Amino acid sequence: MSFRVLQAGILSLLQDSGRFGQHRIGLTNGGPLDPDAFAWCNRLLQNTAGATAIEISFGGLQLEAQVDTYICVTGALMPLRINKVEKDLWHVHPVKAGDIIALDFSQEGTRSYLGVADGFQVEPSFGSTATVMRESIGGLNGDKLQVNDSIACAAVEQRRQLYLLRKHQPHYQNIATVRVIPGYQQAHFSRLQQRLFFSHAYTVSERCDRMGYRLEGPPISCEIEGILSEGICYGAIQIPADGQPIVLLNDRQTIGGYPKIGSALSVDAAHLAQLKPGGTVHFAPISQHGAHNAIHLAASFQNRLPISELE
Amino acid sequence: MILHTAGENALIAYLGEETSPEISGRVQAAALAVEAALGDDLVDLVPSYASLLIIYDVMRTDHMSVSSRIREAVRGAQATTVSGEGRTVILPVYYAPESGEDLETLASNANLSIDEVIRLHSDMEYRVYAIGFAPGYAYLGQVDERIAAPRLSTPRTKVPRGAVAIADRQTAVYPAVSPGGWNLIGRCPVRMFDPDADPIMPVSVGDRVRFEPIDRQRYLDLGGELS
Repeated sequence: MSFRVLQAGILSLLQDSGRFGQHRIGLTNGGPLDPDAFAWCNRLLQNTAGATAIEISFGGLQLEAQVDTYICVTGALMPLRINKVEKDLWHVHPVKAGDIIALDFSQEGTRSYLGVADGFQVEPSFGSTATVMRESIGGLNGDKLQVNDSIACAAVEQRRQLYLLRKHQPHYQNIATVRVIPGYQQAHFSRLQQRLFFSHAYTVSERCDRMGYRLEGPPISCEIEGILSEGICYGAIQIPADGQPIVLLNDRQTIGGYPKIGSALSVDAAHLAQLKPGGTVHFAPISQHGAHNAIHLAASFQNRLPISELE
Repeated sequence: MILHTAGENALIAYLGEETSPEISGRVQAAALAVEAALGDDLVDLVPSYASLLIIYDVMRTDHMSVSSRIREAVRGAQATTVSGEGRTVILPVYYAPESGEDLETLASNANLSIDEVIRLHSDMEYRVYAIGFAPGYAYLGQVDERIAAPRLSTPRTKVPRGAVAIADRQTAVYPAVSPGGWNLIGRCPVRMFDPDADPIMPVSVGDRVRFEPIDRQRYLDLGGELS
């Protein structure tokens, strides 16, 4: 029982919540670029948190169901059609064997998540099914989905058809404010350079991917050129020699030698990953305590949103 | 030790400022102590040359608690530094212009013969200072100053698996085909990262590595490829 890939789209990757505890052999995290939309996909499907779903970047995925089950798509605004009939996003839908599920190209945002009841059944590598193409690890043979791939899942007869009301669904404008926790080599950036960084708008460059988002704007200079290679956490903002910031994301390399001005708050880095090239980014400082608070507030807010059910 | 914030759920401990076996030993000791002290609150650790990145579970604990536990653990660990520990791993290398495209250039830039470059590279015992960049990519140091060489100005788009390379005073064996800007001097038939093997990697941080020159036939016998 499975789904067959008819069209792979630009970049469709099997992802669970990510690969953790493997940095010491050089493996990065992988996992969903927008963990919030990913979590909603599994929550609406009544799956265990972190069940394997497909992350679709930009759109263009087409699947054929070869099983009777339920699906849900959350995240970027990619029109969903089941047998050519448009269906709501953020909404659980039944599918039958033979149905064609098509996701069009995104009109707002860049990443969406297609999940299935009980999750896709993929053999984990190093404790996770997350696909990291750079490492050839996870997913099906460490690669993005290809035409004719078959992705296993269970047949599910009954599932509540839950959905999230439109007013509670996020909007993906091509602009984001990214709060930055001071840290790493921040002391090596002068006050003037820090002020420059926090007061100007940056633009998402064409070079933005799952490793990191490269931004363009006023160049930031650092008093030191490089550092002894050290561990890079999720969200770390590197300033290479050209002064253009790179926000490092899920597929970043785990160590590196460029100075870092701080790290993006995870909830904001997830918004950043929904931007397209040309999108606008503002950075704002936030204290460590403020960050802690923001993460818990965001989690609490998500948990308290009411879920609706189709009668 | 200097402890800095790295991110919303990460701290970085600096145990020194340069590449040395002694500082690397301190990083090792700190990694073991922090792992024990944080238990299930720990998500991941990245030991490197002189630092230890510590990632914790922000849904279970907070910055204040983690910082104080790290300080205490590292203080206790420094009394029992483990710099002398670790295994010594021998890696065979076929050094030749056909297996190391930059060997001749490196030798001529260094005013040395190819044999002298090989001798200098294989006489040294290296320490595994860090693993990162790619799965199984072990940063080994330090290379004899006479054969230290800067990274290529234009990185190669494809470096073969097993390539033995030098950048500044570091050396490494490429665990998989990848882009790379290091100077290639030979090939090693041992897989540095094999998800199906046990252990997955022949080395870990803190181990010692020696390279043993082998000839073309031996390299091929050991499963090495030339392409």
